[in-house]
Amino acid sequence: MSKQLTDVEDVLEGAVKKHGLSVVPLLQEIQEHFRYLPEEVLRMLSRKTGIPLIDIYHAATFYNSLSLTPRARHQISVCAGTTCHIRGGGKLIEEIFQLLGIRPGEITSDGEFMLETVNCLGCCAFAPAMVVDGKYYGNLNPGEVREILNALRKKAVS
Amino acid sequence: MKIVVQMTLNGLRIDVDEGMTILEAARFYGMNIPTLCYLEGLSPYGACRLCLVEIGMPGQSKLVTSCTYRVEEGLVVRTDSEWVIKRRKMLIELYLATCPSSKVIQDLASKYHVTTVRFTPWHEDCILCGLCVRMCAEQMQGKAIGFAHRGSNRRVTTPFDKESEVCRLCGGCMYVCPACQSRCQGPQEEQPVCNACLNLQQPCLDYFEDKMCFMDPCVACELDANREVKAKRRP
Ligand code: SF4
Ligand code: SF4
Ligand code: SF4
Ligand code: FES
Ligand code: FES
Repeated sequence: MSKQLTDVEDVLEGAVKKHGLSVVPLLQEIQEHFRYLPEEVLRMLSRKTGIPLIDIYHAATFYNSLSLTPRARHQISVCAGTTCHIRGGGKLIEEIFQLLGIRPGEITSDGEFMLETVNCLGCCAFAPAMVVDGKYYGNLNPGEVREILNALRKKAVS
Repeated sequence: MKIVVQMTLNGLRIDVDEGMTILEAARFYGMNIPTLCYLEGLSPYGACRLCLVEIGMPGQSKLVTSCTYRVEEGLVVRTDSEWVIKRRKMLIELYLATCPSSKVIQDLASKYHVTTVRFTPWHEDCILCGLCVRMCAEQMQGKAIGFAHRGSNRRVTTPFDKESEVCRLCGGCMYVCPACQSRCQGPQEEQPVCNACLNLQQPCLDYFEDKMCFMDPCVACELDANREVKAKRRP
């Protein structure tokens, strides 16, 4: 068995020891390790525990906090609503591209950042706006975006 | 030992075993209540709401789903009151708009005299009744299909939308599906209601606020007298 597969086994073993057959805690634990729920791991979980795969899939698609596709550690949502667009939202997106090399919908290759655009964050008074990991930032200019993201990057490195 | 409770069903005093649902009791006594998400042998699900009945004394009555509500001592049930039939017809109209290609739903429309659809049909091929999921899990020991996602994206599928490894191709899921059987004249997308076998609407309802007999199909007591009564009540 390859090294990687043994790791997966260990993760599953530990998760089952801790949570028994409770699907949601099991999935949360798996997601913590892999940052998402890889299909193959869920299939292994089903074989290991006897929990029908469809029940696992049901839970995995039901909860917003669980994801079947890779997620980045930091989620950046830049507002592309009308107000933010007029007040320079596009420049923020350009700045992020310069800094991280990702366009909306993309993830950095190290899995650290994901960028997406949203249609109006509901705080047009502070346009242009963005949300990073659930935290709102308004009245932004590209320099500030650079500062915010650089701070997160430093944290990731240390 | 079985415990028996006494209840009133459409004015009839009856004895039923404790633990039965209103639906089971009504069917046992030959009163038909329409259902979409219930099937004998599968656990009740309470999702389609078509099996609504009115319980309690007039004035304090409420509607409950008969497939999930258990009988109790002194319970008063009306399976075909004016209120119930109005709601039932509304539900059938909604299901018609959801899935006009289904024979089961078209038949219900004709049987309960639903002749118009005021909603724009959106042609789903599934009404999320969950019968297939329960059939697979409870009778076929399959666990091959289930619900996934939620809200307006909720649907029945296999894990990862891929061919199932545990499905035995028994066909049980399709057999029970109310949406799978196409209406006799085909989907006819431009016409959401078929009504080719429309039944007669019960004129007794306008007069007594309850159906007066359980003829199936209703023969509508084609009496002029009733028509006059109807004209009086609904000018
Ligand atoms: S055909 Fe497959 S999915 Fe359908 S009931 Fe049978 S085992 Fe379940
Ligand atoms: S596929 Fe058919 S049986 Fe299954 S939930 Fe949809 S309508 Fe019901
Ligand atoms: S046959 Fe007559 S009494 Fe019976 S349900 Fe029809 S209209 Fe009412
Ligand atoms: S347009 Fe950006 S917050 Fe409304
Ligand atoms: S049959 Fe009772 S809710 Fe569907």
